[in-house]
Amino acid sequence: MKMAVCIKRAADMETRFKIAANGTSVDETGVKFDIADFDGFAVEAALQLKEKDGAGDVTVISLGPDAVQETLRKALSMGADKAVHLKADAVPADALAIARVLADELKGGGYDLVLFGRMAIDAANQSVGPMAAELLGVPCVSAVSQLTIANGRGTARRELEGAAEILEFPLPAVVTIDEGIARPRLPSLKGIMAAKKKPLEVKPAQVGASRVKITKMELPPERTGGRIIGEGPAAVPELVRLLQTEAKVL
Amino acid sequence: MANTFAFVESRGGELRRVGLEAVTAARQLADATGGGEVHALVIGAPGIAAKSEMIAAHGADVVDAVEHPGLALYSPEVVAATAAARIRAGTYRAAFFSASAQGRDLAPRVAAQLGVALAADITAFEASSDAMVVRHPMNTGKVIATLSITGTPVLLSLRPGAVTATRAPRTARTETIAPAMDPASARVVPKELLAGNTAKLDLGEAPVIVSGGRGLRAPENFKLVEDLASAFGNAAVGATRAVTDDGWRPHTDQIGQTGRLVSPDLYVACGISGAIQHLAGMRTSKTIVAINKDREAPIFKVADYGVVGDVLEVLPVLTDAVRKAKQSH
Amino acid sequence: MTDFYAIDSALSEEERAVRDSVHRFVDERVLPIIGDCYVEGRFPRDLVPELASLGVFGANLPEEYGCAGLNNVSYGLIMQELERGDSGVRSFASVQGALVMYPIFAFGSDEQKRAYLPKMANGEIIGCFGLTEPDYGSNPAGMLTMAREQSDGSWVLNGAKMWITNGSTAQVAVVWAKTNGDTDERSIRGFVVPTNAPGFTARDQKGKLSLRASDTSELVLQDVHVPADAVLPKSAGLKSPLMCLTQARYGIAWGSVGAAIACYEEAASYACNRVMFGKPIGAFQLQQARLAEMLTEIVKGQLLTLHLGRLKDAGTMTPQQVSLAKRNNVSMATDVAREARRLLGANGILAEYASMRHMANLESVYTYEGTHDVHTLVLGQAITGLNAFQ
Repeated sequence: MKMAVCIKRAADMETRFKIAANGTSVDETGVKFDIADFDGFAVEAALQLKEKDGAGDVTVISLGPDAVQETLRKALSMGADKAVHLKADAVPADALAIARVLADELKGGGYDLVLFGRMAIDAANQSVGPMAAELLGVPCVSAVSQLTIANGRGTARRELEGAAEILEFPLPAVVTIDEGIARPRLPSLKGIMAAKKKPLEVKPAQVGASRVKITKMELPPERTGGRIIGEGPAAVPELVRLLQTEAKVL
Repeated sequence: MANTFAFVESRGGELRRVGLEAVTAARQLADATGGGEVHALVIGAPGIAAKSEMIAAHGADVVDAVEHPGLALYSPEVVAATAAARIRAGTYRAAFFSASAQGRDLAPRVAAQLGVALAADITAFEASSDAMVVRHPMNTGKVIATLSITGTPVLLSLRPGAVTATRAPRTARTETIAPAMDPASARVVPKELLAGNTAKLDLGEAPVIVSGGRGLRAPENFKLVEDLASAFGNAAVGATRAVTDDGWRPHTDQIGQTGRLVSPDLYVACGISGAIQHLAGMRTSKTIVAINKDREAPIFKVADYGVVGDVLEVLPVLTDAVRKAKQSH
Repeated sequence: MTDFYAIDSALSEEERAVRDSVHRFVDERVLPIIGDCYVEGRFPRDLVPELASLGVFGANLPEEYGCAGLNNVSYGLIMQELERGDSGVRSFASVQGALVMYPIFAFGSDEQKRAYLPKMANGEIIGCFGLTEPDYGSNPAGMLTMAREQSDGSWVLNGAKMWITNGSTAQVAVVWAKTNGDTDERSIRGFVVPTNAPGFTARDQKGKLSLRASDTSELVLQDVHVPADAVLPKSAGLKSPLMCLTQARYGIAWGSVGAAIACYEEAASYACNRVMFGKPIGAFQLQQARLAEMLTEIVKGQLLTLHLGRLKDAGTMTPQQVSLAKRNNVSMATDVAREARRLLGANGILAEYASMRHMANLESVYTYEGTHDVHTLVLGQAITGLNAFQ
């Protein structure tokens, strides 16, 4: 199977974020970046499909400035075969603009399966994958928690609120990957060395107009906490009292 | 005069509350921008049209229903094509969807078909002279972005619970329309809806969540968490990534950065240390209680009420006390 | 640990990727179990295949032998991250890579390299390094182990070795023995000895209070017969095992920084969470002084090893430069560990916290691979030209 995985370079979510001076973005000083969480699951899912088949090809694609090359190489070090860097100054805030660039790249690729993470852990729009599928005119199933591919068809499970649904679809298709399918493997040291020799193509990206603009970025109100009300089972009566009278949730 | 569109989600022939939230949001926008109608669309198996009344009761001026035996289950291509066609056929300033599991699949498809922008998972919205202005949590809720979206229509998907479904009865024109494509020709075919344990409340809807982590020491001890949830009566059971990765609980119970994001009235964290990726999933809970034997555990920093103790000892006593408190009401 | 001195910016992308992979491995696979292993006195042997797949053994040896072919800064970062987990785990990797695979690579025949290196890289064959003896630690030149050449070119080895990491788990021992009389250090040569050879016994040393998550053994060779091709043909004199030690010491200079980082991070986090007298203990001047001192020494140690690694990659590193780094970094790490333990208060004596385990381990690291004092004299001699060893 010829597969592509679209990945995004995203900040480590363990970071204590600060707002940048421009007020519309997050301060990146000292922040560590990596393959966005769900995209890592998607890369792993693709690698596992390739290993299960005993054959196949995985191309990873990312839109953004030069820094995304390190992210692409991380995916190569996990075992992807080649990488494409769609070079742009920044990733637009408009998911459709992103989807258009990716669809342009994916169009001629002859991919049987294109995977995305369910959503970018930073922008959290959960839109680019299905949008790209529409632009490509191929079937799409999003937020998949289980996936099997056999004989040119796929079966996917999607988690709903208090339920789940099963869908079937033909290849070629776009699938976005949710929790529960795979945890990304640790790149082996040989994998890291091998990544340097794998092809990484750089192409300028034609990013169209973006109709979405971030006008402000702010931190949510700090949670105050830290109140220890007691120790062991003996604290229970006081806890219940507080839940009833103060928090009014009981 | 532009109208406002609302897609009303349904499942198994019943409207979902998030669908009515979308109608309420559309009504609020229509009223705020001085006139214009709310047009709602609901899609399902034959019989769904009967729900139009409920939709109108929440503020819709027009309710279009699509009834088709092939649409008992959510068929993404048909629903997306139908919604897109309906939106295209009218003049809408904005189109509301739900940022539910279904809505997050549906809205981007519609946006791409229409070639318009989508503001997904928003917690607030407002119309300005030439744009829609929305708020959207990013970076696992650690930052809140204000976004300005131009073009018409602007598609918006509402975070469940961001708007409270409110009755605003209208006399609505109701109509049954055909799906924009034949369900039999859909490439993506819905095969089955697996209902969850209907006795269990979904994590996204439960007012109380009792959650367990490694501090429970063994999977069997999750029974104590379930007992406490039962004592509350309106509680769902959650878990941390550590215990779902180890197979103690299903992945769907995982609350965290890549799991479920929850915002209940009360979150009881049992034997959970408070790893950052877990906090990302429950930080916005109204009240947080933490029970952990390690006084230095990070969870205590976000807990409104912390109990330092062995969760295996504290839980049975707490369950008993909660049960008694509930009985005396 | 925040990269306080932006040392990451002085690393290549590949070096950072290597460090990040091993870091994650240690977080996910070592830290959850290592406290228990230490208390139980057992080396986590189950991790060996995973360490092998990660590519940690002989990581700076060439790809043609199944190794990762990394540069020496990357190798150092691996040791740093492993020892951030535990000195015993890092010792295992040091022995396998620097003290077994390296001598085979540097002094072995092509047949030996092909027979052993790939299997050692993938963890199929574990090795140990037999140099130190019960009466000859700091003075390996005085060793008593003898190898007598037979008429057919084969060898018979007799002697005892002590404090041998991996001794009881190894399939192969690289044993150093004199081949001509017990005073001729120039006759020292290396032998690749299968540990199941008749006459070879390995017995774990019990009762250790340090490096408990590591196998430390005595080796006894009683008329152990090995074929002619067991000798490492290019080994010649004491210089050969000392070259191996230089490799290992280089890794230890990095490793000890990792241990110090682990203790510092634990202390810093604790200081911000632990509340006493109404505020976190990190708000008190004495604790801040402790933490400031720790951070400073760690940064100095990191810069020392980074430059040393660049020299090694350039081919100009000297053993005396390694002595300086090993001596400084292990000593500072023992101080950092002790101060961290003290900052943790009563909790600091529990195995649940890492600092006291590191503190105890680092005492071995201070003593092995050339004691602190030996390295002091190495530097003294390098400075003055005068031998103060005896």
